[in-house]
Amino acid sequence: MRAKYVLNEVALGLWRNVTMTIAMIITMAVSLTMLGASVLLFWQVNNMREFFYDKIEVSIFLKSDVTEAQRTALDTALKEDPLVQEYDHESKEEAYEKFQTMFRDAPDLVNSVKPESLPEAFRVKLKNPEQYKDAYDKYIAYAGISEIVDQQRLLGKIFGILGALQKMALVIAIVQGAAALLLVANTIQVAAYSKRREVAVMKLVGAGNWFIQAPFVLEAVFAGLIGSIFSYAALVLAKIFLIDGSLKPLTELLTPVPWRNIHIMLPLLALAGGAVNAVTGWVTLRFYIRV
Amino acid sequence: MISLERVTKTYPKASRPSLDDVSVSIEKGEFVFFIGPSGSGKSTFIKLLLREIQPTRGGIFVNGREVGAMRSWKIPNFRRSIGCVFQDFRLLPNRTAYENVAFALEVIGKSKAVARRVVPEVLELVGLGGKEHRYPHELSGGEQQRVAVARAFVNRPLILLADEPTGNLDPDTSIEIMRLLDRINRTGTTVVMVTHDSNIVNQMRRRVVEIDTGRIVRDQPRGVYG
Repeated sequence: MRAKYVLNEVALGLWRNVTMTIAMIITMAVSLTMLGASVLLFWQVNNMREFFYDKIEVSIFLKSDVTEAQRTALDTALKEDPLVQEYDHESKEEAYEKFQTMFRDAPDLVNSVKPESLPEAFRVKLKNPEQYKDAYDKYIAYAGISEIVDQQRLLGKIFGILGALQKMALVIAIVQGAAALLLVANTIQVAAYSKRREVAVMKLVGAGNWFIQAPFVLEAVFAGLIGSIFSYAALVLAKIFLIDGSLKPLTELLTPVPWRNIHIMLPLLALAGGAVNAVTGWVTLRFYIRV
Repeated sequence: MISLERVTKTYPKASRPSLDDVSVSIEKGEFVFFIGPSGSGKSTFIKLLLREIQPTRGGIFVNGREVGAMRSWKIPNFRRSIGCVFQDFRLLPNRTAYENVAFALEVIGKSKAVARRVVPEVLELVGLGGKEHRYPHELSGGEQQRVAVARAFVNRPLILLADEPTGNLDPDTSIEIMRLLDRINRTGTTVVMVTHDSNIVNQMRRRVVEIDTGRIVRDQPRGVYG
């Protein structure tokens, strides 16, 4: 009977103030969508980092007139270097084989390149790819080296873009989230004001505090939950139409975004939206309205 | 039943205390008038008993429990043992007489079945039999106050606090409300009534406690307004 009363009050409250309810749900949905996108991007960047860091190499290309002594000196240095996890020597012939398989769809290109024109190289995997600079400084001084190329530098740009996108989404989520919280607080104030007579009587006759507060708090929680469902729907649409749709050429280059990640957003966002709104509602009642 | 021990209440920014070192004791089943001019501290007294406010100093005991020391989550339960009536009735305008009284039961967790049994009974007691389904605006002032009394009494409280219950009523209607409060008092309920209606005090001849500028200046059994 009491649960029924509380739910009745919640429905009544939401309906009585329906424009505010909609505004609350929309801002909440936008904020949670951005939060979800931000978390997805964060996972994505981490995932890619792991994926590529496993494969990432520093290539030390040797000059074509490198001497045996220079090559041995470099080989010894790499073997004893604590920065290096493992390394491989790649002769001109091996480089040519690799080149052939890599560009097997372009036979003209393969035919135009001779094994001698590809440089000999050491492919080095560092223990910590972030320490590229140290490795570069150390080996550039060696004789017989034409160039040191770090793949991480290229990837760094992609990570940079994704990271920036993620931060942007997070900033939008926070700004929208602040707006949503203010709306929630305001809605609860309005709701409590419109029921001030009832609240006064309830306090007077000794209704429990939770019983007085529950309808207001649940209104806010309800808005948060509906908002999270909308934001989940938005993420699903983004997956279908953006990630697997118009942005497919781009996303194919990167690691895929699995459906599992999208689906887990529903409970996460529902929890975030519901909990944040519950706390906001409760704090509003406690410190502003003094119900 | 109720006792105040050297209670002082000073509101923030007030130049003098609303209640100044007040001690008074009320026995179970008593009917007590608190009289005095506006601003003498009568309403402060009611608010302290309900624990709407805390005393600055001193102890307030209701039913053997120290009200000031009560944990805040225990207050709702404590208030269920006190019924309250006010000058402005404080009825819910969008609910009928029946619903107003039933509301007080429902929000403290009583079932609709209990309300169906108890509410008509108490409305009959206050003399509103047959008017259960009228809205407050369809009732006279006296009738509205009867609804308020019914709401205060439906939970059979040990204490009934009445804050100028006749303040908005004409003399004849006031007398009727007083008869009603008297009848409730005879059921064993302690009644504390704040008023400055001299007529009523003089007619009832009950204990009178007079407060002036926060101090008790008179406490006499079977007193008059003076």
